[in-house]
Amino acid sequence: MGALVGRAALVLALCVCVYGIGASLYGARTGRREWVDSGRRSVYALAFIVTVAFGILELAFLRSDFSYDTVANTSSLTTPTFYKAAAVWSSQEGSLLLWLLLLSLWSSLAIFLTRKTLREVVPYATAVLLGFGAFFASMTVFLATPFATTHPAPTDGAGLDPLLRHPSMMIHPPMLYSGYTLFTIPFAFAVGALITRRIDAEWIRATRRFALASWLFLGIGILLGARWSYAELGWGGYWGWDPVENAALMPWLIATAFIHSIMIQEKRGMLKIWNASLVLASGTLAILGTFLVRSGILQSIHAFGASTLGTPFVVLIVVLVVGSLYLVISRREILRSENRLDSLLSREAVFMLNNLVLVGLCFVIFWGTFFPLISQALTGSKAAVGPPWFSQYTVPLALILVLLSGVGPVIAWRRATPANAKRNFRVPVLAALGTLVVLLGFTHTSSKPFAIGMFCAAAFVFGSVGQEFWRGIGARRAMSDESPPAALISLVRRNRRRYGGYTVHIGMAVLFVGVAASTAFQHVSDVSLRPGQSTLVGGYRYTYEKATSSVISDPNSTGAILTLGAVMDVTKHGHRVAILTPSAGYYPAPDTSQGPIGSLIGGETTAHIGLQAGLRRDIWTAVQPDIDPLQPLITQGNKLVPPAHPEYAFILLAAIAKHYVNSSPTASFHLMNSPLVTWIWFGGFIVFTGGLTAMWPTGGQRVRARYLARVGRDLQRA
Amino acid sequence: MTVIGVLVVFALLGGVVWIVGGPLRAAVGTREAPDDGRAALEAARDAKYREILDTDMDHRTGKLSDDDFHELDRQRRSEAVEILRRLDELD
Repeated sequence: MGALVGRAALVLALCVCVYGIGASLYGARTGRREWVDSGRRSVYALAFIVTVAFGILELAFLRSDFSYDTVANTSSLTTPTFYKAAAVWSSQEGSLLLWLLLLSLWSSLAIFLTRKTLREVVPYATAVLLGFGAFFASMTVFLATPFATTHPAPTDGAGLDPLLRHPSMMIHPPMLYSGYTLFTIPFAFAVGALITRRIDAEWIRATRRFALASWLFLGIGILLGARWSYAELGWGGYWGWDPVENAALMPWLIATAFIHSIMIQEKRGMLKIWNASLVLASGTLAILGTFLVRSGILQSIHAFGASTLGTPFVVLIVVLVVGSLYLVISRREILRSENRLDSLLSREAVFMLNNLVLVGLCFVIFWGTFFPLISQALTGSKAAVGPPWFSQYTVPLALILVLLSGVGPVIAWRRATPANAKRNFRVPVLAALGTLVVLLGFTHTSSKPFAIGMFCAAAFVFGSVGQEFWRGIGARRAMSDESPPAALISLVRRNRRRYGGYTVHIGMAVLFVGVAASTAFQHVSDVSLRPGQSTLVGGYRYTYEKATSSVISDPNSTGAILTLGAVMDVTKHGHRVAILTPSAGYYPAPDTSQGPIGSLIGGETTAHIGLQAGLRRDIWTAVQPDIDPLQPLITQGNKLVPPAHPEYAFILLAAIAKHYVNSSPTASFHLMNSPLVTWIWFGGFIVFTGGLTAMWPTGGQRVRARYLARVGRDLQRA
Repeated sequence: MTVIGVLVVFALLGGVVWIVGGPLRAAVGTREAPDDGRAALEAARDAKYREILDTDMDHRTGKLSDDDFHELDRQRRSEAVEILRRLDELD
């Protein structure tokens, strides 16, 4: 019954989208309010229907209903309940449904929030959002339905990919998809505004908030993905310049540029063409990112592999690009700047430079990501570029970006005088120079110029933003006689955009310090050890104390049948620093061809790292046990398990695991110590705290009343 | 089970028609009043107030000299006055 209702719900969702597009456009053309309202309600109805469909699928996963093909392919009886819930979006079909769900929910919120504003723009924006809805609904109806069933149902499923059995998988995809789907909202409102020629302050106010929300969610999603990579993939990195990672980063960079440049339009009426282009580009890049994950066109650990979804996505992207170009070109008259740049020594100028760097970064990443396709088109063979290629261009650009994030806050809008600039740059420059002297004089970092540059740039940011907070608190106290903490709170509360933005800059500087330090000063070693043996990595002694094993009771709660691990003692100068317990989980094979014992552990293998994270340094290990010596025992054991009692396989497997521990087995270790990795996560946390502060709606009534009175007095005098 | 499923589908369809058709049932033929631009002007006014506040903050935190501040503040307040005047014209 569930599958029938689910399938019907998706068909209904498609019909609602098509109806809503028609109703909205008809209402917009004729000015008939009831059709516009009906179109808006179609978005709510879409959210309702898709929620029902998603609930049915989620329930099927939680009940392990293997009559659903997608449940059978991505879940199993042994998959822990927590991961069964997250397994919904591990498949192509389920994740498309999640996309549609989040799109419909965020669109409903946006349409609800703007129900009394942007009256001319909203019907077109509604039509565009429902257009995206129709596209994804048609995908789930015609090309990748999550409600395909098989009868009779298999007794067990293939299980969730072990790599996805990490807590962040519960929240990483919804965050990432929230970011992607939220990007369609500023896109839709930009299309609506361009069609109706209403690129005004009201549009800016609505679009800025939606852009900020999408930026925030996508950023959280990207960071959670990095954390997953660091903690789960067994290579110790958090960013590999993988196409899917890049696909998420590109719209985020463009949105960062937009969030800055829209302020110039808001204050000065400048950069209208640029802003319209940025917001349309970020929406298109969000769809491009979704396409990369789903089409299988580029190799990625995060992608779903080859599929039939590529062509429809290409068609959609072409429509978005051509439509965006047409709208911007045909509306160029209303997009003319109202003012010119007054001075190169102004915040506008810094923002423009920041925009160029961000777009440059995006272009570099775009080129590197699509290089395999470009090279194939030009030479006939697919050639990929690796992390060194990306670093060659992105590192200097990131350095400039961090530096600019320290310059912007201390420069005034429109114009800054050299005397003011001299006064305002003194503290940040001294902070940067002081850092340089300390680094060169007291540390061994001189061989890493880019890392030193980044530390100095970050010190510059801390100096400039710290000075801003200090002066702001001083100004606040001069007015109100508050204590410093109270003055800080009032300062931020009354100037959320400004100080939220500054907090983001601090967070980015902290994050980049973490990236620079952990990249430049990381020590890595791959070694094979027996229990009792040790090795030295970057001044730390790693000693393989003993092997460990467990059957069924996976210490990592991922549902691994067999877990083989190691106890690793880490010391420095004879003092114990950490005891780590990395392990490898072995999961069941999809079939029984490897015998009753072999099949229990013949599926995927995944590493569970041992990590001691610290503010100064992370000690990180991954282990790959050598189970070749166990193969004869497994083969022998397979013969001993009676077909009538397959559960005996677990008893024999426990005996084999015990033998493994007692045999002093050799294991391969990936050992690493990286400085300041925690700063990346901490910096990310600061960034998003700042983002939330900047996004939070301002009360503003008192302020508004005060200024109304003030401007009102002027009006009487005028 | 299939019968219940079909009934649920019809209930969903009914719910959707009810939600979407509500405005059409309630007000047939209502014409939308032409947009007089008030909302856009109000947004512009709020943005201008924010700009005045920003200039004030820039001055207090030493990014603007007294002369520059007075000039910019006067300019922005006269722009706000102009927006208020246009808003008044709509009343």
